[in-house]
Amino acid sequence: MSSFLICMNFKGKDIISIKDFSKKEIDYILDKAKGMIPYAKGEKYKDVLSGKVLSSLFFEPSTRTRLSFESSMNRLGGRVIGFSDPSGTSQKKGESLADTIRMADSYSDAIVVRHPHEGAARLAAEFADVPVLNAGDGAGRHPTQCLLDLFTILTEKKKIKDNKIVLLGDLKYGRTVHSLAHALSLYGVELTFVSPASLKMPNEVINDCKELGVEPSYTSNLEKAIRDADVLYVTRIQKERFPDAEEYNRVVGTYKINNELLKNGKKDLIIMHPLPRVTEIDPEVDATPNAIYFKQAFNGVPVRMALLNLVIGGKL
Amino acid sequence: MKKELKIPLIKDGTVIDHITAGNAVKVLHILGIPRSSSSIVSVAMNVKSKLGKKDIVKVENRELDPHEVDKIALIAPKATINFIRDYEVAKKHIVKLPDEIIGIVSCSNPTCVSNAREPVKSRFKVIKKDPPQIKCYYCEREPEDIAERII
Repeated sequence: MSSFLICMNFKGKDIISIKDFSKKEIDYILDKAKGMIPYAKGEKYKDVLSGKVLSSLFFEPSTRTRLSFESSMNRLGGRVIGFSDPSGTSQKKGESLADTIRMADSYSDAIVVRHPHEGAARLAAEFADVPVLNAGDGAGRHPTQCLLDLFTILTEKKKIKDNKIVLLGDLKYGRTVHSLAHALSLYGVELTFVSPASLKMPNEVINDCKELGVEPSYTSNLEKAIRDADVLYVTRIQKERFPDAEEYNRVVGTYKINNELLKNGKKDLIIMHPLPRVTEIDPEVDATPNAIYFKQAFNGVPVRMALLNLVIGGKL
Repeated sequence: MKKELKIPLIKDGTVIDHITAGNAVKVLHILGIPRSSSSIVSVAMNVKSKLGKKDIVKVENRELDPHEVDKIALIAPKATINFIRDYEVAKKHIVKLPDEIIGIVSCSNPTCVSNAREPVKSRFKVIKKDPPQIKCYYCEREPEDIAERII
């Protein structure tokens, strides 16, 4: 891919929503991520972000996103400050997000923020001169997850275009599937949505896909949907996004991926999941060659390394 | 039979005509009237016209800024602004929705950061002008009933 990609300047750019990026820009980031793999594995080292500081502000719990961002900064020779639990910060005293961001802006060269309010990263970018990277804003956007999902499909299937991709689970509240449906539509894929009736993909996302030339199909029959699929993207039914426990209890456990179900799929079907999983994928699937989700989680490092290097202005 | 005027002619000022019936008070609210003005303001609601019912607002001795008035296109997309000088229509202006709406409509998403205690005004991008369709700059939610969300 790299041979035809012209150099793009991302220095100082905020990473807020995948919709802020053109397909060409996404291709550029994915290409840079590919080059980061040996550095992400620790096989190579270059301290291109030496002397640079990243603020890692997590107002909501996270395992993979926070650790992979921090690992990425460390692997590029930079340092990380921040918190993973806002209870020890001035937010408890009633400080606004805007003021917290103003502080972090003066202490660091880039800010990674996860916050329960939708649009929080966009607001943060207004109050910071340094680049802001959105690590998830409530049920809103999660662009770096989307990029690592695309990167995983690209590295596993050698291309994104024309794959038959099934998005399964909580399509209503799941922030990753909304961004992913948009990004996949930029590439031209065959999309099938599978979910309980109460967790269907919102119309605005479906319309967005259609505007980009992709006509998604919908079914509640998973067995049928995976028959000719290349990618099965599973999401957790997120308890924390449900307005009431009753609705959650009604739908949790509707779909379960196990080896029996996989007999209906193609041999080279890949199963992805943004993690954490709860009961939707049986641990017996982990040992199959179809299970890609842990590799997908690793891919967060090269993708986030590429982004940090680009927006802070490293030379790698 | 002589046609009777519902509200009297004004000598100088601004007449906002063809406001969607029932929305005159919201129009005044968007324009900050009477807060922003000490002028005499007359309001007529549900006035019969060729195209059904409409509301009319007359503001005496003050010519409103056309760009300021454009914001009312959110709830009155067919409104016209007439600038009156010495009882004559000196200038006509048809409202045109601006590309961005700031501080007028609140986001319908309760978990949007613009509804939290942050030092920002609500901000919407106009994605369609007629009928008006707007999208929150922060959370990208599109309110279904804009009139209901006027702050």
